[in-house]
Amino acid sequence: MADAVAKPPRVTRRRTGGPARRLPYLLIAPAGLLMLGFIAYPMLSVLYYSLRNYNVTKPWRNGYAGFGNFTRILTDDPQFWDTLVFSGKWVVTEVLLQLLLGLVLALLVHQTFLGRGLARALVFSPWAVSGVLTTTIWMLLYNPSTGISRYLADAGIGTYGTSVLSDTGTVFWAAVVAELWRGVPFFAILILADLQSIPRDLYEAASVDGAGRARRFLHITLPHLKDAIILSTLLRGVWEFNNVDLLYTLTGGGPAGQTTTLPLYVANTGINGHDFGYASALTTVAFVILLFCSILYLRLSKFGGDAK
Amino acid sequence: MTAALAEQGTRPAPAATPPPAARGRRRRGLDQGVPRWQIYLPLCLYLLFTLVPFYWMLLFALRPAGSTALVPWPVTGEHFQKVWNERSFGVFFQNSMIVGVASLVMTTAVALAGGYALARFDFPVKKGFMLALLASQFIPGALMLVPLFEIFKNLQMINSLGSVVIAETVFQLPLSIILISGFIKNVPVSLEEQAWVDGCGRFRAFCAVVLPLLRPGLIAVGSFAFVHSWNHFLFALMFLSSQDKQTIPVGLNTLIGADSVDLGALAAGGVIAAVPVVIVFAFIQKWLITGFSAGAVKG
Repeated sequence: MADAVAKPPRVTRRRTGGPARRLPYLLIAPAGLLMLGFIAYPMLSVLYYSLRNYNVTKPWRNGYAGFGNFTRILTDDPQFWDTLVFSGKWVVTEVLLQLLLGLVLALLVHQTFLGRGLARALVFSPWAVSGVLTTTIWMLLYNPSTGISRYLADAGIGTYGTSVLSDTGTVFWAAVVAELWRGVPFFAILILADLQSIPRDLYEAASVDGAGRARRFLHITLPHLKDAIILSTLLRGVWEFNNVDLLYTLTGGGPAGQTTTLPLYVANTGINGHDFGYASALTTVAFVILLFCSILYLRLSKFGGDAK
Repeated sequence: MTAALAEQGTRPAPAATPPPAARGRRRRGLDQGVPRWQIYLPLCLYLLFTLVPFYWMLLFALRPAGSTALVPWPVTGEHFQKVWNERSFGVFFQNSMIVGVASLVMTTAVALAGGYALARFDFPVKKGFMLALLASQFIPGALMLVPLFEIFKNLQMINSLGSVVIAETVFQLPLSIILISGFIKNVPVSLEEQAWVDGCGRFRAFCAVVLPLLRPGLIAVGSFAFVHSWNHFLFALMFLSSQDKQTIPVGLNTLIGADSVDLGALAAGGVIAAVPVVIVFAFIQKWLITGFSAGAVKG
């Protein structure tokens, strides 16, 4: 990586003079401007609104609020803590299960066997499906009168008329399974990509030395995958935290707020509750928590620390 | 070195070679000697988990309303007709296509320029730009809906598909740029230099030499952009107010939210929503894994 960065500029400088110095800026200008206008600027507005009372339905109260929104979040909003706890539970469960299943799936389809191409295409296919379509599919499956549970009840398993989505005891796992369905393939693809870069010689040498499958996995495969695993778990964690599509449409955050993540709470506060100031403060808190957890995670896992 | 080790190990010391039984099971896979059933059994279980939900959707879409048969026979097209005409999925489909293709084109073009700059130049703000790309991954689009809504309102782009195209593009750009710059780094600079020596300008050299080699990567990035904006619904839900501007995911959401859910219509709508992404997926599947190993994981 170091020489990939170092080489090109030397070439550039030797070849061309003035105009070429402007070229990289021209090239990143479209991306830079779009991101400034539609990511950086909105982000700054969020920070600005977070210090204000800004509620469309109560315009007479609007104005500077100082840190009022933030003190309210931290001291006077039990719902914030509930959604934070649920977010943590949701992210940890999803990422751990996706990693585990994704790793197993990647190892499976990495083997050579008859029908591997077809198997790969099929097991990865939910990756292409996302959000509302996942919800659509699982709504049909979970439907109490025509879904899977009815046919299971016909066969003597379970009871009729139970909706896993309206029962506080089952709704969490019902949502977890639906999210796993579309999340595992992505994880598996990332891990598989890295698996393919492990030199075959390593395994041959190890088996010649008498290492069994378990030891080859522990001493060759896992260490090699370490960075990919750290990076993909981090990205997935952030994504699972931020993403609201599935929970918004599948459970709507219910029943009784049982499946409301922090971003979902923000969306409800800002868009349905019209309290933009408070929603912005919540956004800011969510962003800080996310950034803090990510940095902590990278530190603790010693990402890229030792050479492969 | 490891190869030499292996060579040494197998030849002079026959005791170290696996016993005949193990050798018989040896296949060309990475980890040798895995019994077949240990692959097929878990794989079949996982396939069941993957495919039953798809099958369930097809079942509801194809069998007549009120039927409880587990095989969709006789097949009916009534649900499709209904959602396409009465629920205006025809219009939604067209809007989704416009959003998907436009985001694909914009994302790929902008990311190609940015990726090339990152891969081939060293310039003062490069590090800051890279950092901004990575940091933006932590900013949730859903949390920025309010300011984004205000921006598009000021630009008078509310209820125009353009607002959704821009929002989708912006949130896919960071990852696309990182991926594409990874692909470009894999193309040796010397190839480009050769073309320069032959008298090509930088742009012509890029088009003639680098672009053809980038094709798999570009297809992968473009497909991500298409599939993502096809599936994503939050921006469309918020920025598009009239029904004739809505996209398929929003249409599906209204079907889900209806008081008495018409399951047949919902399933047919789901199938309509799935068809384009499944086609795209089938098309890029073989590049998907190489795309990731070249671009994302290796950075």
